[in-house]
Amino acid sequence: MSTKRESNFLADVDLTREKLVNRLFYGTLVVASVFGLVMLVLLIADVLWEATQALSTFDIDIGNFLTGTSSSRAEQAGFGASILASLWLMALTAVLAFFIAVGCAVYLVEYAPENRTTRLIEANLANLAGVPSIVYGLLVLALIVNDAGLGSVILAGAIALALLIVPIIIVATIESIRAVPSSVRDGSYAMGATKWQTIRRVVLPQAMPGILTGTILALARAIGETAPLIMVGTMLHATRYPSGPLSSFSAMPTQIYNWTYQADRMFNGLAALGIVVLLLFLVAMYALAGYLRNRYETDDGSISNV
Amino acid sequence: MSSNTTNERTTGESTSETEGLSDDTIIETDISVGPDSSRTTGRPNTIVSADSLDVYYGDDRALSDVTIEIPEHRVTAMIGPSGCGKSTFLRSINRMNDRIPSAHVDGALSFRGKNVYDEDVDPVALRRKIGQVFQSPNPFPKSIYDNVAYGLRVQGKADDVDLDDAVERALRGAALWDEVKDQLDESGLDLSGGQQQRLCIARAIATDPEVILMDEPTSALDPVAASKIEDLIDELVEKYTVIIVTHNMQQAARISDKTAVFLTGGELVEFDDTARIFENPDDDRVEDYITGKFG
Ligand SMILES: Nc1ncnc2c1ncn2[C@@H]1O[C@H](COP(=O)(O)OP(=O)(O)OP(=O)(O)O)[C@@H](O)[C@H]1O
Ligand SMILES: [Mg+2]
Repeated sequence: MSTKRESNFLADVDLTREKLVNRLFYGTLVVASVFGLVMLVLLIADVLWEATQALSTFDIDIGNFLTGTSSSRAEQAGFGASILASLWLMALTAVLAFFIAVGCAVYLVEYAPENRTTRLIEANLANLAGVPSIVYGLLVLALIVNDAGLGSVILAGAIALALLIVPIIIVATIESIRAVPSSVRDGSYAMGATKWQTIRRVVLPQAMPGILTGTILALARAIGETAPLIMVGTMLHATRYPSGPLSSFSAMPTQIYNWTYQADRMFNGLAALGIVVLLLFLVAMYALAGYLRNRYETDDGSISNV
Repeated sequence: MSSNTTNERTTGESTSETEGLSDDTIIETDISVGPDSSRTTGRPNTIVSADSLDVYYGDDRALSDVTIEIPEHRVTAMIGPSGCGKSTFLRSINRMNDRIPSAHVDGALSFRGKNVYDEDVDPVALRRKIGQVFQSPNPFPKSIYDNVAYGLRVQGKADDVDLDDAVERALRGAALWDEVKDQLDESGLDLSGGQQQRLCIARAIATDPEVILMDEPTSALDPVAASKIEDLIDELVEKYTVIIVTHNMQQAARISDKTAVFLTGGELVEFDDTARIFENPDDDRVEDYITGKFG
């Protein structure tokens, strides 16, 4: 980079050591990233390989697979009832978790007194997000399924998943709300807006892209969760389409799980196909989250410039 | 003004008008002097006054014993070195200081004779009478139209007026209409800095406040944009009272009728007609400050 003339001026600056450290550090980072990337590619390749193997080995009708119900006979088993159950689960989980989490985050940031208790609660949200998901399953099994007598229905599963992701959404929402510059809030208050008007008309709209992104990413985690649903209790084979929140069900991950330990090898093939479908859902959700983030990023940028 | 009562009060949308600040009491005193002639003839009314006002942040005193009477329909400039409490004074007029948990106030600050720190004064109602323009333009991330309409909407006046008409009038009043009339649906953030600041002025005047507070409104702008705002202030004062903080001596001399000089320690050392402050100040420290010897 430096020309001859410059190097005369900079002759007394020796950067050899720093440059070496830089290169070493850079190398470490590259190795770490490549490792993650390689694992991801291996995983996807394995899943796709299994799925193509299944398609070529067994006589699987894709149409029936995507729309049919599962069955104890592998030749007739489909994934449709599980896909529908997962959609129901996601919808209910999203509604339950979103409103509770956003309400909680708004309270914590805007209304809660700034004291020890508030700080303690906030600090522990991250811990709550790390609780093993099976614990939420157990809780719902005891309280909702048995005590409240709701039974092993979609709503019970949704409550378990909602409990699981509420802390994640709260953390994302708190960050998005805090990121709204105080100058904009001041602008609203100075116009004679009340606190609630300021929150509803200025703070929440501006935080919404971040909140939605956080919610979708949390749902992407929930859609693959198996343990809490097994705890809540699901059907071995989703032999019926769920008709509503109070139907018994087996969602995508539990159906895949159940298929994998069947003796009939064809069920294992179906499981491989099911995983591909589940992954497609995940990719779609990540894409949506990424789209939201990019779409609003430019706006955020110009706000922080002011 | 314990934060509890403030919260309780600010949650109601329509209940915010309080006795001391109801429209009737305020308009009475307003009619006596015609705005235009009042600037050159007659004695103006006092609209904002402070009596032995102290403002603290925690234990630190930012303003000490400030007593001042600010006239209506005039431009009053606040000048002084950095940290002397000009912004603090401005914020204590519309009680934006309430938003800073450590801030508290002693003494009286009156708007049209009513102490705004009395128990029965709701800061939300007060701010509907006293608009503010900030140092850096802070339009909402909404369309130009929605920015200007914001105040009318939150104040519940949007249904009583022709909103399109009100938005146009405010934008004309802020000398911005011709530049943005074809892009009212575009984001206010897409405007230039100077335009954004005029948008913020339009936002402030759309609800027809009585006083407009401006905290260094041109410090983030280039000279051309700044001089547009200065011209605007000259027009605004026909309908409103303008209190402006500035670090720019020439600006204070050009646009203000009265000048208040604060010095370090939060003291108001001199307050008088701008011409006299700049030509023949009483206090040596003021002379030093104005001529640039310190600050
Ligand atoms: N939010 C706050 N919390 C604590 N102290 C504050 C706060 N805001 C201002 N102060 C202190 O109060 C004093 C006056 O500050 P203020 O912002 O009113 O000064 P200013 O005259 O507007 O200065 P400038 O010309 O730099 O804007 C300063 O000593 C400042 O440190
Ligand atoms: Mg200031």
